[in-house]
Amino acid sequence: MKSKMDRRSFLRVAGTSLSIGALYSVFPTLARGAEAELVTRTLKQLNGEAPAPFSFVQLSDTHVGFNGPPDPLGTKAFENAVATVNGLKQRPELVIITGDLTHDADSPDEHAKRYKLFKEISSKIGATQIKVVPGENDAALDGGNMFREFMGPTHYSFDYRGVHFVALDNVSTGKPAVGAEQLAWMKSDLSRFPNTAPIVVFTHRPLFDLKPEWEWFTSDGDEVMNALAPYENVTVLYGHIHREHFHQQGKAKLYAARSLIFAFSDPETSPAKKPMPFDKDQPFKNLGIRAVKGSRGGRDLRIQDVELTMNEYSGTVGMDQVLKHGKGDAADE
Amino acid sequence: MNTTIKRKKVLGGLLFAAAIAAALPIAAPRMKSARLVRTAYADTGPRVIEIKAKKFDFTPSEITLKKGEPVILRLSSEDRKHGFFLRPFKIDADIVPGQTTDVAITPDTAGEYTIICDHYCGTGHGNMKMKMTVTE
Repeated sequence: MKSKMDRRSFLRVAGTSLSIGALYSVFPTLARGAEAELVTRTLKQLNGEAPAPFSFVQLSDTHVGFNGPPDPLGTKAFENAVATVNGLKQRPELVIITGDLTHDADSPDEHAKRYKLFKEISSKIGATQIKVVPGENDAALDGGNMFREFMGPTHYSFDYRGVHFVALDNVSTGKPAVGAEQLAWMKSDLSRFPNTAPIVVFTHRPLFDLKPEWEWFTSDGDEVMNALAPYENVTVLYGHIHREHFHQQGKAKLYAARSLIFAFSDPETSPAKKPMPFDKDQPFKNLGIRAVKGSRGGRDLRIQDVELTMNEYSGTVGMDQVLKHGKGDAADE
Repeated sequence: MNTTIKRKKVLGGLLFAAAIAAALPIAAPRMKSARLVRTAYADTGPRVIEIKAKKFDFTPSEITLKKGEPVILRLSSEDRKHGFFLRPFKIDADIVPGQTTDVAITPDTAGEYTIICDHYCGTGHGNMKMKMTVTE
């Protein structure tokens, strides 16, 4: 039987413009009315938790330990992102970080230091929960062992205010793949939900062939998307490509976040994947910001770019300060 | 286009070569016999192109094939596990140290293609690639 809730789209990624990352507003339209109450009651019965408006932020690709070139800023953008999140009037309850938390290192001891520094910086985020998935820099060389030691499982799911979140690991086998075992787990995990349940999947690599020759793909991404296809309210958040991107596949909407270290070139116009050159006058150009704005109905999202700013370090004089006081060496890529 | 991937241990290949060498004149040095075997194979079967992988390069870095020509790409690694990935030809092979991996390919579309390592191998992994040109 088709109920009213089947005809509605619940996850209103209405979005609020931020100066960093993307702030998602969930269920902003579930305010009043009999239909909203029906939706709320039904989802509570199905999910165990009634939907309630909340917001969350996605950050990505902090690459702690990387010190350029091209970017000599080290962790400055990440630290500024933390300060920006903490300065929001509407403090997000949840922060999701979609992989490459650390930049990899040949020495396990050095890599462990980078994990510790990531945790030190991220612990300053004033959010109720911080959820992460690994990128290949975090987990591909050791099968995810160090990630599990410092951060926990590489894939998992949880419910938050009526939304079901699924964290997928498509890096730790070394290949860009989710794998049959994890795919079976995800199908089983989702099987208890109705097709109308709001689902947010977050992972590191794109789950579709965005640019395979740049390794912007997941080899079994089609199988993941096919498993998600029956669900009507799916949002996929990912990183890896160091630039914003939107893609719709069926009813699912997939968004890439910018990085907090350096940007990659545009695959539409660039013959080769390469970091965008560092601009001393605009040190955070193309970094870390994607503002998502939605109509009140929430179906049509408009994405706009907003440059990260760091007033105290803006302009040439400010960059001199950064370069003087920053780490600015140890290029390892 | 057709592609197949076949992996075999180097040891197995050497044993096979040794068996063939045993059937050749006794005076023939062992290594020369092995080369003779390879030459005979090339005369009667697909052209074989050997490609070696190591952090963070393929050698050779560029190969040229003819459209419609069956070719064996014989892959090996000099250090650690690598990948060999070419989406348009549906090639996704692992290159494991101590083994050779044969990829059979008969390209049916001319053009220039980028082959990448898709098994993460370190900080220079993102630039580990080679070029394959298919001519008419």
